Amino acid sequence: MARFQRRSTDTDPEFTTASLPDIVFMLLIFFMVSTVLREQNIKVRTRLPQAEALTKIDQKRLISKIHIGPIKTGEEQGETAIQIDDALIEKRTAIRNIMYNKLQEQPKLIASLKVDEESEMGIVNEVQQELREAGALRINYSSNRENPPE
Amino acid sequence: MPGLLEKRREDREEAEIPTAGMADIAFLLLIFFLVTTTINVDTGIGMTLPPKLDPDQKPPPVKERNLFKILVNAKGELLVEEEPADIAQLRRRVKKHILNYGESPDLSDSPSDAVISIKTDTKTPYSTYIDVLDEVWMSYREIWTQIARTGQTPQGESVGLAKTYSSYQEYYNTLEPGDPNKIRDAFGAQISIAEPDTGD
Repeated sequence: MARFQRRSTDTDPEFTTASLPDIVFMLLIFFMVSTVLREQNIKVRTRLPQAEALTKIDQKRLISKIHIGPIKTGEEQGETAIQIDDALIEKRTAIRNIMYNKLQEQPKLIASLKVDEESEMGIVNEVQQELREAGALRINYSSNRENPPE
Repeated sequence: MPGLLEKRREDREEAEIPTAGMADIAFLLLIFFLVTTTINVDTGIGMTLPPKLDPDQKPPPVKERNLFKILVNAKGELLVEEEPADIAQLRRRVKKHILNYGESPDLSDSPSDAVISIKTDTKTPYSTYIDVLDEVWMSYREIWTQIARTGQTPQGESVGLAKTYSSYQEYYNTLEPGDPNKIRDAFGAQISIAEPDTGD
């Protein structure tokens, strides 16, 4: 009986919450590092087509995105334009220099073509010819999954 | 006097910053970043463009029977092997062409000789082009899935898989970067994007 009495005089058991901020901060730092707040200011509309035979590109640093689609101008759609990084491309022949320089920095470069589904092949072919001139031969037609995964 | 001051200081409790609210602040920030984070993986149809052509050098000759020509016109209509065709038939016809093994004189000699050529017009809708390309890739994928299930090529040669998989995708997911893709090494896909007409 004496044992029980002694126990009641003990202080209340409590979790130590002192390390809680450390755990939370660690998670916080992980998400801060992995978050990409605003990738690019995309000036063209790119509604991607849907496809079935998709491959994933795991290595994000290999990707260089080329956006092709109508320029976003308020409600209406402008004419089809090409955007690489943050800038619209005025002259099509400038693409080969841009891509050539990117290829020098990253020899395993994959050009991810984000083309609006309502575009025509003419502009896509032109870009592809430029990529061939630059020697950036690995491309990827960015598209979304057709059916929900089984 | 100094003694008194000293005494008072000793009486005082140690000054501390309250850290109880620290976790709340950290949680708030954590939730913000949790909500704004998007871990999205880029997906798409991979292709390799043909290298730039040397003007003096002619493209390597491909035997007519090995070439499976798909033309897509400005309206998105298909011309397969010089005949109008429907996209729904495409996958079956491409597979038949690849897996001909010299049987029919109009189709390929062997899978490694077979080349699927896709040619588009300037005004071809991009979505149609992707649909066609997707169908052609899916023909190859269906053959690869067959290989992954049996561990053998359609002619019965072993490709050296450690075990069988229920689909090509399942096998592909087990590969680490840098691993050889045994199925694709044994049974490669040859899809060619034809040179666009230069308008003369």
